[in-house]
Amino acid sequence: MGRKVFWAILILALLALPPVTLALGQGFYIDLVRRIMIFAIAAVSLNLILGYGGLVSFGHAAYLGVGGYAVAIFAFYGVNNGFLQWGTAIGASALVALAIGAVSIRTSGVYFIMITLAFTQMLYYLGISIEEYGGDDGIRLKMRSQFPLLDLSDGLQFYYLVLGLMLLSVFVVHRLVNSRFGMVLRATRSNEARSRAIGFSPYMYRLTAFVIAGAMGGLAGALLVNQVNFLTPDYMHWTRSGEIMFMVILGGMGTSAGPVLGSFALLLLEDILSNWRDPRWIGEHWQVILGPLLVLSVLFFKRGLAGLFTRHE
Amino acid sequence: MSDALLAVNDLRKSFGALRASDGISFDVMPGETHAVIGPNGAGKTTFISQLAGNLRPDSGRITFAGEDITGLPAPRRARKGLARSFQITSVYPEFSALQNVALAVQAHAGHSFRFWRDARRDPALTGPAEKVLGEVGLKERIHVLAANLAHGEQRQLEVAMALATGPRLLLLDEPMAGMGIEESQRMITLLSSLKRKQTIILVEHDMDAVFRLADRISVLVYGRVIATGTPEEIRGNPEVRGAYLGEDA
Repeated sequence: MGRKVFWAILILALLALPPVTLALGQGFYIDLVRRIMIFAIAAVSLNLILGYGGLVSFGHAAYLGVGGYAVAIFAFYGVNNGFLQWGTAIGASALVALAIGAVSIRTSGVYFIMITLAFTQMLYYLGISIEEYGGDDGIRLKMRSQFPLLDLSDGLQFYYLVLGLMLLSVFVVHRLVNSRFGMVLRATRSNEARSRAIGFSPYMYRLTAFVIAGAMGGLAGALLVNQVNFLTPDYMHWTRSGEIMFMVILGGMGTSAGPVLGSFALLLLEDILSNWRDPRWIGEHWQVILGPLLVLSVLFFKRGLAGLFTRHE
Repeated sequence: MSDALLAVNDLRKSFGALRASDGISFDVMPGETHAVIGPNGAGKTTFISQLAGNLRPDSGRITFAGEDITGLPAPRRARKGLARSFQITSVYPEFSALQNVALAVQAHAGHSFRFWRDARRDPALTGPAEKVLGEVGLKERIHVLAANLAHGEQRQLEVAMALATGPRLLLLDEPMAGMGIEESQRMITLLSSLKRKQTIILVEHDMDAVFRLADRISVLVYGRVIATGTPEEIRGNPEVRGAYLGEDA
């Protein structure tokens, strides 16, 4: 299947999902798929640095958290303007990514993984310690972000907005990685010594990609808070970082479709297994099934799920 | 000495007790092909790494086009016109030959903080890249993934990447390494075609190639240059014969 056909089918299916599920009386799928698409945005942004940049960041949940806090703190003080909330979410995440990236991109390999993890855990514990904003319990939102001409409390409008933003993020990353900037990023992942020898200094390119990915992660965080009307420090827990990373790896690192496929596969599977009623033990211990399935899928789909759909580029 | 393109003055580098570079002085005149030979363990790789900027010398000075570059990192040296190839083939395996060379062009076409236009279809990059690939004899192979090129072709590709940066000095680290006879001959022909047009430092084990290509040869033994001269002078130098050529002859 060509990539154009793949995207056409995916987009049509996602456009058609709300009317179809409503007609069938299965409206809760809109909520589920919206949540999946929000995580897809986070996975797409991680793919920019992990898949194309070779930067194994084990702390991408940090930006979900920062984006989430930006929205929730404004809401806490009764400021519900969406542009202000989301703009701050993106800006603050970019700044946090700049700080974390400036330090961690000087390291590589296991050190890079550990230092990004450590920074994110620091933010997680910071979130827990701030009693003002609910500490462990988090903040409940009284209302979703307010935009002119758009009502996010309407599940459908919110759904199509998230769909649009997800497709936009896929497109932006696609353009980025094929631009001169992206070629430096990908080339340097492929062979850093070679890049340096022909005259590229990788640091600033990597840091820029890290900041862009952080900003997009912040947008996903702002969306996620609106999705659940609730913020907790758990957004930034390291298992969340692992989940996003897993979406990228499962779907296919360094491909356009990979992170989207990965988010759908992982979260749908999680949803199906955890709601399993017959036999009952599956629904209760669904991780026991999910774990081995994921291990098997990584073993058999070496190029990720996207490798099943696309030929060699 | 003052009109040399590259001048190395009393370069020293030790690893523990091992003096890998023990006061090397060396220069390359514009337009010449200057070969560096020496037995295994003579310190050729250490010397090359310091020239390319991958290894910081303990002391000494490297001057390139009249400018002290001793403290510059590798990418800055590359942008000043010092291009290298590697002893062990170093290309971008998952990119086509054309993309490999286009990246080298791009590295010397200003900054790469350009985020939107498709670089793969940018004639400002692919045009010069195609031209260079033609020069090194890879015209028919430009769309082949570098990983799928034969070993000899990958080495040609490396030379193409170095050339595409529009270098003032080519630093070729054993370009014939691992090649069969036929591939070596092709590489020698390629390098002969570059003579005079390019200034070249050639580090090579293949004596046949060295004596055919070099204008001058420096012999490195235990981190010191024991002799520098024309191929005839080196061939007739008793010290060199004893230290090095004698082993082969």
